[in-house]
This record gives sequence, C-alpha cells and structure tokens, in this order.
Amino acid sequence: MKETIELSIDSNLEFVDMVGSVTKNVTTKLGFDDEDASWIELAVHEAVINAITHGNRNAADKQVEVRYEVEPECLTVFVRDYGAGFDVSRLPDPTNKDNLLNPNGRGIFYMRTFMDEVEHSLHPEGGSLVRLTKHRRSA
Amino acid sequence: MAQLNIKERDAGDVSILDLSGKVTIGEGSVQLREAVRRLLDSGKKKILLNLGDVSYVDSSGIGELVSSYTTTNNGGGQLKLLNLTKKIQDLLMITKLLTVFETYDNEEAAVSSFK
Repeated sequence: MKETIELSIDSNLEFVDMVGSVTKNVTTKLGFDDEDASWIELAVHEAVINAITHGNRNAADKQVEVRYEVEPECLTVFVRDYGAGFDVSRLPDPTNKDNLLNPNGRGIFYMRTFMDEVEHSLHPEGGSLVRLTKHRRSA
Repeated sequence: MAQLNIKERDAGDVSILDLSGKVTIGEGSVQLREAVRRLLDSGKKKILLNLGDVSYVDSSGIGELVSSYTTTNNGGGQLKLLNLTKKIQDLLMITKLLTVFETYDNEEAAVSSFK
C-alpha cells in the first residue's frame, strides 16, 4: 500500500532544511539505516536546491513541490519546479580530470550515486520533474 | 543564527580555520569563501581547514572547498584539509577530489607538511 506526503515551498533556500526534516522522518518511517537515510536526505536536498536555483531561478512566485511516495520496500521522491527544464545528457562529468576543479556541477552526480534511480523529465502540466527512487536493502 | 562558525588560529606560519556547523549553499559557503579571502588578502599563504566539526556539507559546500583550494593555489599558497568526517571523505572520494586535496587526520602532521 502506498502512502503519500506532499509539500510545496517557495523558491527560498531557507526552506530547504524543512524539506530535509520531512525527508528524515520519511526515511525513519521506512526503516532505512542511518547511512542510507543521510544519503537519501542529501540527494533530495540537492534536487530541491536545483529546483529552486536552476529550475525556478529563485523566482519568488514559483513553487517547488516535493512528493514522497512511501511503499513498504521503496521510497520515491518527486521534485517539481516550474522552469523550462534542461538536457541532463549535456552535463559535464565532474569526475573527468578536466572538470575536477570546477566549483559546480556535482549535485546531480551525487543524486545518481546515492539513489537507485534518478529520472529527469518534463512535467505534463508544465515545469520539470525529477524522480528519485531508493529501495530498502534486504536484511 | 549562523549555520557555520569559523574560528581562526595560527600554528606557526600556518593559519588554521576551525569550521563548525554546515557548509552548504548560501550562508555557509559564503562565510568560508570570505574567511579564506581574508587570510589571503592579509598575506597568509598556508591555510589548513579543520573540518572535524562540520555536521553537514552539500555539493555547494564541496564546491566551496574546491574554490578555496584553487584561489589559494592561484595566489601562490597552499590549502589542505584536516580531520575529514566520514561523510566529507565519501563525498570527496566519489567525485575523485581526494586526488586533489592533501588531507590529514593529525594536526601536527598537517602543519609540518606545509613547505
């Protein structure tokens, strides 16, 4: 059975910690161990920051919507912004030696490292959407 | 309340910045940037960042460590890291930044390493 938690925040970095608190509560509910929980929290944090700064370009009138879908063995987090989206395939590889000293460009890489699935798409009703999925490890 | 607290001290001619709190996008990253800039502007060229009390870092925080490293190097200085938490170590390792930074878990050894 799937449970859903949804929240919507203004494009303001001050609210990112609040989303982090919700993420921590959700991962605790699902029984993720501390290490997985902290990496999931960071992945969601990165997605929300991208939505605020890159998607919505910090526009005061644009929201970031976060939806958690909690299933017994799996957590899926959707982060939606109201921006134009971007081509993820064009992102430079931060681990390439030519990019190591780039101060930016690691957020999505971290998301992909810590989550089992990361998918970027355009939201059918406008804006862009990132889906983050993490499966609970078997004991 | 500031999310990042930075205390500055010296060990000989090495400037040590003891960081405590969060190094993240926004205030934390800016504070770190300004602290390193202040040291460089005052002619300090040997900088050691003590990360033992950093409770949280995101990709912007990692980016700020990289920027601080680059800025210091470009100014003819050296910037090294001390007391990496496991999380920071993992984040640096994942993005191959452990090949960039000199890191230490002992302050005396870190201070001695500066040329």
